[in-house]
Amino acid sequence: MSFTPNIVGFACQWCTYAGADLAGNLRAKYPPSIKLIKVPCSGRVEPEYVMEAFANGADGVLIGGCHFGDCHYKTGNHKTANRMKILSQLLEDSGFERDRFRLEWISGAEGYRFAEVVEEFTKELQEMGPNPLKGGNGHGR
Amino acid sequence: MADKVKTAFLLAGGCAGCEMSVVDLNEGLVDALAHLEIVFWAPTVADVKYKDLEDMPDQFIDLAFVDGMIRNSENLHTVKVLRQKSKVLVAFGACATLGGIAAMGDLHTKEELFHQAYKTSFSTDNPDGVYPTPEYLLDGKYNLTIPTFLDNCSTIDQVVDVEYYVGGCPPHPAFVGKLVGAILVGNLPPAGSWLTGGKAVCDICKRNPAITGQERLPVGEIKRTIDGAPDLEKCLLQQGYMCFGPVTQGDCGASCLNVNIPCRGCGGPIPGIKDFGARCVSTLASSMANEDVAAQFIEKYNNMAKMFYRYSHTASKFNHRIAERKEQ
Repeated sequence: MSFTPNIVGFACQWCTYAGADLAGNLRAKYPPSIKLIKVPCSGRVEPEYVMEAFANGADGVLIGGCHFGDCHYKTGNHKTANRMKILSQLLEDSGFERDRFRLEWISGAEGYRFAEVVEEFTKELQEMGPNPLKGGNGHGR
Repeated sequence: MADKVKTAFLLAGGCAGCEMSVVDLNEGLVDALAHLEIVFWAPTVADVKYKDLEDMPDQFIDLAFVDGMIRNSENLHTVKVLRQKSKVLVAFGACATLGGIAAMGDLHTKEELFHQAYKTSFSTDNPDGVYPTPEYLLDGKYNLTIPTFLDNCSTIDQVVDVEYYVGGCPPHPAFVGKLVGAILVGNLPPAGSWLTGGKAVCDICKRNPAITGQERLPVGEIKRTIDGAPDLEKCLLQQGYMCFGPVTQGDCGASCLNVNIPCRGCGGPIPGIKDFGARCVSTLASSMANEDVAAQFIEKYNNMAKMFYRYSHTASKFNHRIAERKEQ
């Protein structure tokens, strides 16, 4: 039995969350590993949330935001890009696998792209195994 | 004598700098001693032994201060005993509340730390490569022991319940003075609070663009403190020197900023912050103009974990969990 990762997803309500909705309408298939949390903007996601998720045993964290130029609040996704670039490095320097954390730009029209990202990320996490801080979600161990 | 507040100070895994800060009250301390009775101040100031503390009845001490983090088995034991003997326990200074400088040792293994401290450091003369051993049998009959070095550091509140937190490395003497005054008149917030003015370093800092009336612009070039001399009047962040002022408690009166040094967050997080380093990432990154500037920052400041968690490594749940696993 293969391990099912537990992914915490933060999705911007203007794009990635709509994209996930579209993926459903399109009947696009992707693994049931992601738990989406709707946020007003990817810029609302504090690095604290990501670290909290990992500390509590999430196997992966995905942040989905709008493409540059599409942000409803003009510069929210630019701020996210800056923050998460530094956060990735911080995770690595803290002795944690930075690949467990992912930032993707998925628009409301990219339903298939959303499914593809989740599938790809789930596969990668399956190869990495459970989060060493907790040992995964207990499934398939 | 009866109505004096029974006070204790304990130095755990710290440098005694926080106690220096108390002593720096000078005459103020002498005045306060009319209302305070020091029943325990070890191992630094008073001639009392740990055994005397163990012999005190439970809840005997009215007010106990701990400075320093939990680094070895002795710290762990004495802090637990002190908790039992005290009504109110205050974690005093950056180490006790957040982990402090030495908590960055958690980013290394025990072996790495020992190797550096007892073999390769410049001032070490140890040709046989001897490491300290917790137990040693001298002459075949004297069993000598020293405290055991724990696998990872802890803050005081990760080990016992703590009523109040005071930040700073060390807490500024002026602030300690105010604090002692507040304690003596019983003007204290609910248990579990930080004792603080509640303002960020930027609120206190004279360079704050909001005070000087300058426009706050995105930072285009990152500088380290070794790159030239910063303008004395202008906000350091605006000049590209990374400063933690926006998220740090300003009970220090922005002392570092007054001498042209960027804040590194010893004062502890301003209210509402769960994880100091992560919030710091958020604040600094959003002041940068674009991703290239962020890349430049990573390049120049080398280790992000040691940068953002200079004083608060252990206090972060994420870091603490990684540290707990590193010796396995």
